[in-house]
Amino acid sequence: MRTLSALTAAPTRSGGSAPTARRPRRWGALTGALVVVVLATAPLFLAPFATTTLTRILVFALFAVSLDLLVGVTGLPSLGHAGYFGAGAYAAGWVSLNVTAEMPVPLLAGAAVGALAAALTGWITVRSRGVFFLMLTLAIGETLQQVAETWQSVTGGANGLTGIPSTRIAGQPLTNAGFVHWYVLVFFLAGFGLVWMVARSRFGAALRGIRDNEPRMRALGYPTALYKYATFVLAGGVAGIAGALLVAQQRLVTPADLGFTTAAFALLAVIIGGAGSLWGACVGAALVIVIRDALGPSLGGHGTLVLGIVFVVVVYGLPRGVAGLRRLRRNGTDR
Amino acid sequence: MTPVLRCAGLTRSFGALRAVAGVDLTIAPGARHALIGPNGAGKSTLFKLVTGTMQADEGRVELAGRDVTGLSEVRRCRMGMSQTLQHSSLFGSMTAAETVELAVQRHNASRISPVRSTRPATRERAEALLADVGLGGRGGVLVPALSHGERKQLEVALALACRPRLLLLDEPAAGMSPAESSRLVELLAGLPSEITVLFVEHDLDLVFSLADAVTVLHLGQVLLSGTPDEVRASEAVREAYLGTGRRSELFGPAAETSGGSDVPAGS
Ligand SMILES: Nc1ncnc2c1ncn2[C@@H]1O[C@H](COP(=O)(O)OP(=O)(O)OP(=O)(O)O)[C@@H](O)[C@H]1O
Ligand SMILES: [Mg+2]
Repeated sequence: MRTLSALTAAPTRSGGSAPTARRPRRWGALTGALVVVVLATAPLFLAPFATTTLTRILVFALFAVSLDLLVGVTGLPSLGHAGYFGAGAYAAGWVSLNVTAEMPVPLLAGAAVGALAAALTGWITVRSRGVFFLMLTLAIGETLQQVAETWQSVTGGANGLTGIPSTRIAGQPLTNAGFVHWYVLVFFLAGFGLVWMVARSRFGAALRGIRDNEPRMRALGYPTALYKYATFVLAGGVAGIAGALLVAQQRLVTPADLGFTTAAFALLAVIIGGAGSLWGACVGAALVIVIRDALGPSLGGHGTLVLGIVFVVVVYGLPRGVAGLRRLRRNGTDR
Repeated sequence: MTPVLRCAGLTRSFGALRAVAGVDLTIAPGARHALIGPNGAGKSTLFKLVTGTMQADEGRVELAGRDVTGLSEVRRCRMGMSQTLQHSSLFGSMTAAETVELAVQRHNASRISPVRSTRPATRERAEALLADVGLGGRGGVLVPALSHGERKQLEVALALACRPRLLLLDEPAAGMSPAESSRLVELLAGLPSEITVLFVEHDLDLVFSLADAVTVLHLGQVLLSGTPDEVRASEAVREAYLGTGRRSELFGPAAETSGGSDVPAGS
């Protein structure tokens, strides 16, 4: 009779059977390193305007990555995530104006306020599902925008916070577009790395389980509401960091930064990139920013229309987004 | 000895239908206890009340002497209950190995780390569990690509990965090939006695080859609880199953009993 190795006290099975198929990581790592090198050296050969566009892409990409942690990894399609992005931006702006613009302070303020806003609104949100989740997150985003528009003394009302001083590092203000770019790049990489690490951890595996089949995860002993709440707060904090980086770059925050349009653009970036793929979200964010901001003026203000077309094409042509392209190729060759 | 599971007066209604109506059930430690009954008898509903997937309207559930009636499904699972569902419900984007690793990592001593990825020990145990249920070498296959029988096997691996004290299996062999099903019987028979098994099964050959106690449920109520021989001899059980008919049709050695597992589940 067979021995039940897994059930007896000490499994001593030597690794006789084949290990589960590992994907080749080397090419991914190599491409990643190459992209980082290009991003880091870009200010050396790009004009300031192009550099600034690239910086905006990084800011928006970090925001999209934090949203992808909710939408793609955990299966929480938030329509109000811009609220936490904006809350972080306002916090960083306010602190820079009224306390200090010295380096870690605006960033920490952005992260803390983004996470706090998510913590205060998340507990009810993560316990709802389906259409209720959509409506609740939408309502929270709209409410935060209302707060930004009406709390004149702190947020500057409809005009937003203007004239925000440059972020300073050791007393030196970052005025040059290249320095701002490097500053944003460092924290983009840190934020991306954090989300990436969480997504591929054991906790991240549980989040994917919740996305696929939450009732079953509960039956396996996972307190799913708690897991979703922790993720919601983390995503809020990372969105807050992205908000603080936005302020460092454009030195202005307006209520539009936490409105539905911003949230919808981020969702667009996640879906174009392929929900669940963090690098895909970055590619999606790049497309959104390039079409909306860089090409938009030359398209006679029809940037949003073009984005709409891109979206329809992606949904029909690439149901798994840009990230799906790689999977298609891999399946074609490996299997 | 304290029973592993004790249910008292468990009741659950759906509208006017009393699906489970005042069920008392006691499961001894180490038992291989079968729960049988015609379609719609309330077996799956009773399982859900026991595991906490569904809240009971009345009655109480005790796990190893401790009242767990008010506890969530998550807590009950952590205390040593695990189940397979009648209609397998798994994770569409994961491979068989990833699925089992998910359960293994939760019931390890170590925390669910938000930074570290799966430990080699977790992988090994998942692989061993897959081999035990007959899925050795199939770990890398995505769940949707598994056959129906393989998914049922995976369900069993998943339930065992929770290191249960009480294992509840809802028609584990339904949809399995004869080879898969006899492998399952062998596996269940070989489980250490620290794992108590309560299982629902329509295939009475399987029931009588494995069970040391049988409870018959009919219209939400316990018709009979006893040894397999007592159940075999019972007129009431025969009538509940067949209305009328000869006992040999139901329990005879060459009877048509295996057809029972192919009957689609009542709604
Ligand atoms: N969620 C539900 N809502 C309404 N009625 C239900 C629900 N679940 C079960 N029922 C009804 O309760 C009764 C018992 O169902 P249950 O699934 O427990 O039976 P069962 O003994 O497992 O049957 P089977 O052998 O077909 O699996 C059935 O009449 C069923 O239609
Ligand atoms: Mg059933």
